[in-house]
Amino acid sequence: MTLTLSEDERRIAAGSDGAAMAMRIVAESGRLLGAERLIPIASAHIDGALYHGDSGTLFAERLVEGSAKVAVRATLNVGALDLTGSCRVRLAEHERAMARRMMRAYRALGCEPTWTCAPYQAGHRPREGEDVAWGESNAVAFCNSVLGARTNRYGDFLDIACAIAGRAPDCGLHRTENRRARIIVDVSALPASFLNSEIAWPVLGSLYGRLAGDAVGAVTGIERHPGEDALKAFGAAAASSGAVGLFHIVGVTPEAPDIATATGGMAPAETIAATAEMVADSLRRLSTAEGSDRLDAVALGSPHFSLDEFAALERHLAGRGLKVPLYACTGRHVLDVLEKSGKRQALENAGVTIVADTCVVVTPVMAELAGGVLMTNSGKFAHYAPGNTGYRVLYASLADCVASAVAGRPIIRDTVS
Amino acid sequence: MSGTLEGEILVGGRAGDGPALVLDAPISFWGGVDPKTGRIVDVRHPQHGASVAGTVLFLPGTIGSSSASSVLLELVRGGHAPSAMVLHEPDAILLLGLVVAKEMGWATPVAVRLVRDNHEHFRGRQITVSQDGTVAIVA
Repeated sequence: MTLTLSEDERRIAAGSDGAAMAMRIVAESGRLLGAERLIPIASAHIDGALYHGDSGTLFAERLVEGSAKVAVRATLNVGALDLTGSCRVRLAEHERAMARRMMRAYRALGCEPTWTCAPYQAGHRPREGEDVAWGESNAVAFCNSVLGARTNRYGDFLDIACAIAGRAPDCGLHRTENRRARIIVDVSALPASFLNSEIAWPVLGSLYGRLAGDAVGAVTGIERHPGEDALKAFGAAAASSGAVGLFHIVGVTPEAPDIATATGGMAPAETIAATAEMVADSLRRLSTAEGSDRLDAVALGSPHFSLDEFAALERHLAGRGLKVPLYACTGRHVLDVLEKSGKRQALENAGVTIVADTCVVVTPVMAELAGGVLMTNSGKFAHYAPGNTGYRVLYASLADCVASAVAGRPIIRDTVS
Repeated sequence: MSGTLEGEILVGGRAGDGPALVLDAPISFWGGVDPKTGRIVDVRHPQHGASVAGTVLFLPGTIGSSSASSVLLELVRGGHAPSAMVLHEPDAILLLGLVVAKEMGWATPVAVRLVRDNHEHFRGRQITVSQDGTVAIVA
């Protein structure tokens, strides 16, 4: 199997400008992936503007020098800095300068400065069946699963190269035959009290990710649409505990009106009945500081907090003040609305630190604290915080996170029962 | 088996030589290899503490993040990349780091494919990998 480029694609790749460089990168990755051709894409979401080292900045600036521009709508994932000034990022001078240059270069390429890991809640929603090139694991999972658009898990460099070329390799989840569910996870035997609780979807996502790995699966036994924020939390947790790019929720997500459609009429390789014990085990795994009576910070918003989630946060706060710092990470699309309604000031007065454009797990915002304990309601934060921040983690519902921040010590009431 | 095997070129680049570093387990470059030094920092990896810099690196597979390409690009730019890479199968995310490095005009090691069983053959030896994909023991 070899990759064949169209005449147009070959002509562009033969050039010496930024567009040529992008086309060659897309073509080379297509060759390595075993694709036979490139296909047009409708949009991109770029995860490459997060600073990992100087070479990524130099790459983006090379594209700018070559006059490259994105050919399709391209939103930007979080960067390493909060350009809105809502919070202070503790980066050293060199890293700060290079991160800023990187964010500037991606804007110069024509990308939209959305700086959010939830672009689908910031107005970027491809249509069902559209091929797109999205990066950032939770965004990929949501785009494929909830919107029904088609993307592989695009990584650094390839996401922007696809956006400039307007093309992506035709392989993986772009192809219908690879989108069928091969495993079924049946949750119908789980207690209704758990399924209706605040912790249900992040915990289910974490369990599902470990069961599915990189396979496409379908969840059965869900009786009603849980809402977008629940699906957002499920996908983020699943993509961090497994390599999940596409999941189906039968009766909820667009490619799974029923089991037969989700599986393409083929018998699944495996059907797993989720038990309360499996869910309780998943819940336990999300915490690395179980039993701790210490609490140093609470972090919310991975993926970025929505307006609805801010409203829930306000309800739980009920005007009380906080004894430990509470970080709420969000996109500027939400920050603008909070600002205009006066809610931003009220939240900050209560002691909430709003983090915009970035988040506390990808860049240093929280105090550096040996042995610190962080509480979160995000399955994704719970997964990455110990390695990336040095804090140990307690996983809890939003209600418990807020109650704990108010009390200054961990209060965990929501469990699997 | 002789001291020479023909690898399939995955990404063309500069010929390289160095001691073989045959990894005993798959590795995630992001979080597993320090982009500033080439040292293996994944404490759970059997070769934790070793450096990939200047070696002929035999990879049984890669796992983890899609930022592996960023780490490899950073290693190439800083002069801490392996002098050649031998993979069992193409890893598009990791190798993209080499593709981009070439586009940047930076000296890039050649990456070739050899079936995993053949990696053992080179353990502990001094190796050259030529531009045409030949993997040979020199000492």
